[in-house]
Order: sequence, then C-alpha cells, then structure tokens
Amino acid sequence: MLVKRGADIRYSEVTPKTAYLNRRRFLATVPLAGAALFTTRARAAAKLAAVKGPFSTDEKPTPFQDVSTYNNFYEFGTGKDEPARNAGSLKTSPWSIQVEGAVAKPKVFDLDAVMKLAPLEERIYRHRCVEAWSIVVPWIGFPLNALIKAVEPTAKARYVAFQSLYDSKYMLSERAAGIDFPYVEGLRMDEAMHPLALLCFGMYGQVLPNQDGAPVRLVVPWKYGFKSIKSIVRIKFVEKEPPTTWNLSYMREYGFYSNVNPTVDHPRWSQATERRLGEFYKRKTLMFNGYADQVASLYTGMDLRKYY
Amino acid sequence: MYWKRLLTRRWMKIPVFVCCLIPVSLLAWKAFHQDLGANPIEFITHATGDWTIRFLAITLAVSPLRRLLGLPDLIRFRRMLGLFAFFYGCLHFMTYLWLDKFFDFHEIVKDVEKRPFITAGFVGFVAMAPLALTSTAGWIRRLGGRRWQLLHRLIYLSACAGVVHYYWLVKSDVRKPLMYAGIVFVLFAERAVAAFRKPRSKLEAWTLKKPGGADTASTSKPRASSSVGRGDNAT
Repeated sequence: MLVKRGADIRYSEVTPKTAYLNRRRFLATVPLAGAALFTTRARAAAKLAAVKGPFSTDEKPTPFQDVSTYNNFYEFGTGKDEPARNAGSLKTSPWSIQVEGAVAKPKVFDLDAVMKLAPLEERIYRHRCVEAWSIVVPWIGFPLNALIKAVEPTAKARYVAFQSLYDSKYMLSERAAGIDFPYVEGLRMDEAMHPLALLCFGMYGQVLPNQDGAPVRLVVPWKYGFKSIKSIVRIKFVEKEPPTTWNLSYMREYGFYSNVNPTVDHPRWSQATERRLGEFYKRKTLMFNGYADQVASLYTGMDLRKYY
Repeated sequence: MYWKRLLTRRWMKIPVFVCCLIPVSLLAWKAFHQDLGANPIEFITHATGDWTIRFLAITLAVSPLRRLLGLPDLIRFRRMLGLFAFFYGCLHFMTYLWLDKFFDFHEIVKDVEKRPFITAGFVGFVAMAPLALTSTAGWIRRLGGRRWQLLHRLIYLSACAGVVHYYWLVKSDVRKPLMYAGIVFVLFAERAVAAFRKPRSKLEAWTLKKPGGADTASTSKPRASSSVGRGDNAT
C-alpha cells in the first residue's frame, strides 16, 4: 500500500477541506466523536496511488464532498448525512478478511496482503442507488477475480457470499435500522469473476472514507448500490444462493440479482429515471446502469422480471 | 397570570406568525447559501414534508392544550396554525410537482398508481384544501357552526394520511413515522377521553358543545373579538 501525504492534490482540489470541516459539521461531530474525527480526517488525507484502469466512463465525477456526505450505511445511521458524522468510530486498522468455504486455499488475509494481490487501478464508474439517485465515482481497487483466483475455488463454489463488519457497541441496532446485521450480500460466481466487479480500497486518489465503506468494499456498477457491500470482513464460497440483507427484510422489494433495470420498477417507485447528484433534471436510467455491453450476456435466457 | 393575559393580546398573533415562518426562512437561507447538502431537492422535499406534519400536529394540539392548561384563548391561534400546515403542505406538493416531476402529468399518474404513499400524501393534502378555503369567519357563518365543524374534522383524515404517507415512504427505519403516529394517537386519545368525560370544571362546561352551534363563539365567550367568530368548541 502506497501511502504518502502532501504532494499530489489532484482530487482534493475538487473538495475544499475547509468545506469538509465547516463549523456546523464540526460542532455536530465534536460531542459525539471528538478524537475519532481526527482519525477520520487523517484517513481522508491518506493518498492511494493507482494506475488508470479500463471501463472508466468519461462522465464528470460527482464532487468528493457529495460522495462522502450522502451515504447509505445503515450501521451508522439511516439518514443520508449520518454515516459521515458517525463512522469516525469505525476502526479500520488492523483489518483482516476471512476467505473460506469451497476453496482450495482458505485464508485469513491481512488488509495489506489483500492489497498486494493485484496492482491498484483507478476506475470511474457510474453508481446507481435503488432509491433512484446516482453518482459517478473514481474508485481505486482491482478486479475481485484477482482475490478469487488466489484462493482457488473448487467446483462447488457457485456463489460468493460477503459479510460486513458489525459491532453493536458503536453501530446502530437492528431494531433501529429495521434490517438485520451483520450486513450480508452475494454474487453468482460468474458475476463475481466479471472484470467489472471491483474490490475497492479507495476513491478520489485516497483511501476510502469510513462512511464510504473503509477499508475494503465491493463495487458492482451494473447492480443497485446496496449490492456493493461495505467494510468487508468475510468472504465465503458456497454452493447455494446466499442470503442477502435487503432481500431478507423485504423480499418483494429487493431481489438477489438487483441489476439496474429501468423497465422493472421497485414496488414502491419507478426505476425509469434517476437524479444524478448535482444535476437539476432527472436523467433516464440505463439498462445495467450503462454496462449492458459488458454484462448482458451473464443473464441471457433469464427472466429479469422474475429475477429482479 | 400575566402570560395568560398575554395570550389575549391582539399583537400576540404577530410573533406566532413570525415563528411559523422560521422553517421556510431557514430553508430559503440554506438554499441561497447552497447549504442543502448533496441532494437539495430531496432536502427541500423532506423539510417541507416534515413541517407539514408538524404543523398538523401542532394544530391538533390546540384543543387538548386548551383543556389541559386551562387556556381557552389558545383558540385564537388555531386558524393560523392550520393555515400554516396547509402552507407547508403546498410547498411540499409544489416541490414534488415542480422539482421532482417537472409537471410531467403522465409521469405523475404512473407514479400515483405505482406508489401508494404518493396517493396517501395526496389524500392528506387535498383534505386540507377545503379547510383552508373555509377558514374565514364568513364561511363559518355560511356553513353554520355544526356543519363547519363537521367539515373541519377532515383534519383527522389529513393527519392520518400524513402519517401513513411517511410510514410507507421509508425503506426500513420506521422510528420517525412511528413517532408522529404516536403523537397523533395521543392527540386523538385526549379527544376521546374528553368527549366521554362528564364536564366537572367550569372550563369543561364552557368547552362543551352547545346546541345550535353557529354562534357559540359569541354566545359562550365574552371576548368575541378575540375568537373571530370561530367555532371554538370544535375538538
């Protein structure tokens, strides 16, 4: 992991740090997480070097300020602004990921060991939330398949299950959040092996802010945002379709696949359009979030209304 | 008590009016300073929606507070508070119509079909409109106190629809909608209790409905000017 301070400030130009630590936010945070605030700030400043990767869109990235203050991370609060205020308590170091299940080489990886599995790439992806808003983010990471290959899945590995960190001591209770914790997600093996699926450690040239899923998350750009699980501690290779959090709570509203699909509405709202943060007018939502050329073949012959 | 007398002062309506404008002023201030967060339209939608249901609850709290605190003069503010509920409801509705849907009525019709919570919100809003329209003394006269009162019970529908609207809207964290449901329930329960109890105190006797209705305000209350002819026994 290449961590340096100062020097190159490409992305911090987009987001003035003065705005990040404006008076109101400062006052709101101090009583809650005095010292933690500084940890977060130190993290936010830690640079992460990466080479340009494939599949990047040429659309304008959403300002860092928006991507780091408008989050769904229910463990730290259900309001969009709450994770940015509360996630300071998340301890991202030391961090390890337990990789197990139907693999030849199960292993508990230290975060640094995972980050050495493949060269870090910057990929600018569209990210579409199931709530009909979207952002464009320059993520930093490498294809998830690099990790998968390293543990050598067996023939029984047909799905990959992921699990987030959960610590009831400083995270929201299940009762309050209205969903079960720890947060779990899953992908079919061919989806997980797809070169677009990213194991992500940073964004905007720096390590992930806690509220964006530090220190390691998934980015699956052709699926709704909740599939891109945050703060991963466990990955398990399994034979049967694994349970996924939102599906467990509201089966009719959130399916296992949850591919971005403008023609299949959420039971309570339309998915035909979306609001790109920072834009006034809504824009049309694209099939597979605009990645149809890359991923449509994964689903040939499947009824996407049934497998929503 | 001095502050009890304060309530009856004519000018007291001015500070109350100004206070009711604070939420919208803050919103405008934040909008002007681009301080509405990453999704400004969502922020405006939520803020105006929150204040609509809050003002509905505040309006519904007037009658219970009159009874519990022994402050019948609070009635003077009820119309204003109710009209502010409608005002914030209008802002909320306009935000949806204009900033969210850009007056695309085809899209809105689809939306109403698709999203029951939109329907619930719309019902709550529409139910407020006749109340705002008939909020003047002239309309109370025209309708007659009893009918006017019956019509204005629509506020119960509005409050219920507002709570349901909120409950159906959230993804999983229902704490806030449940809080409003609780508040509305308490305000309703107080009415039920008050209706079943026999009048004991002078105040209660005063608050109870008189037959004929229309001119209760002026007959039962010495300071007719302060109640502007409102059917102030409406619960």
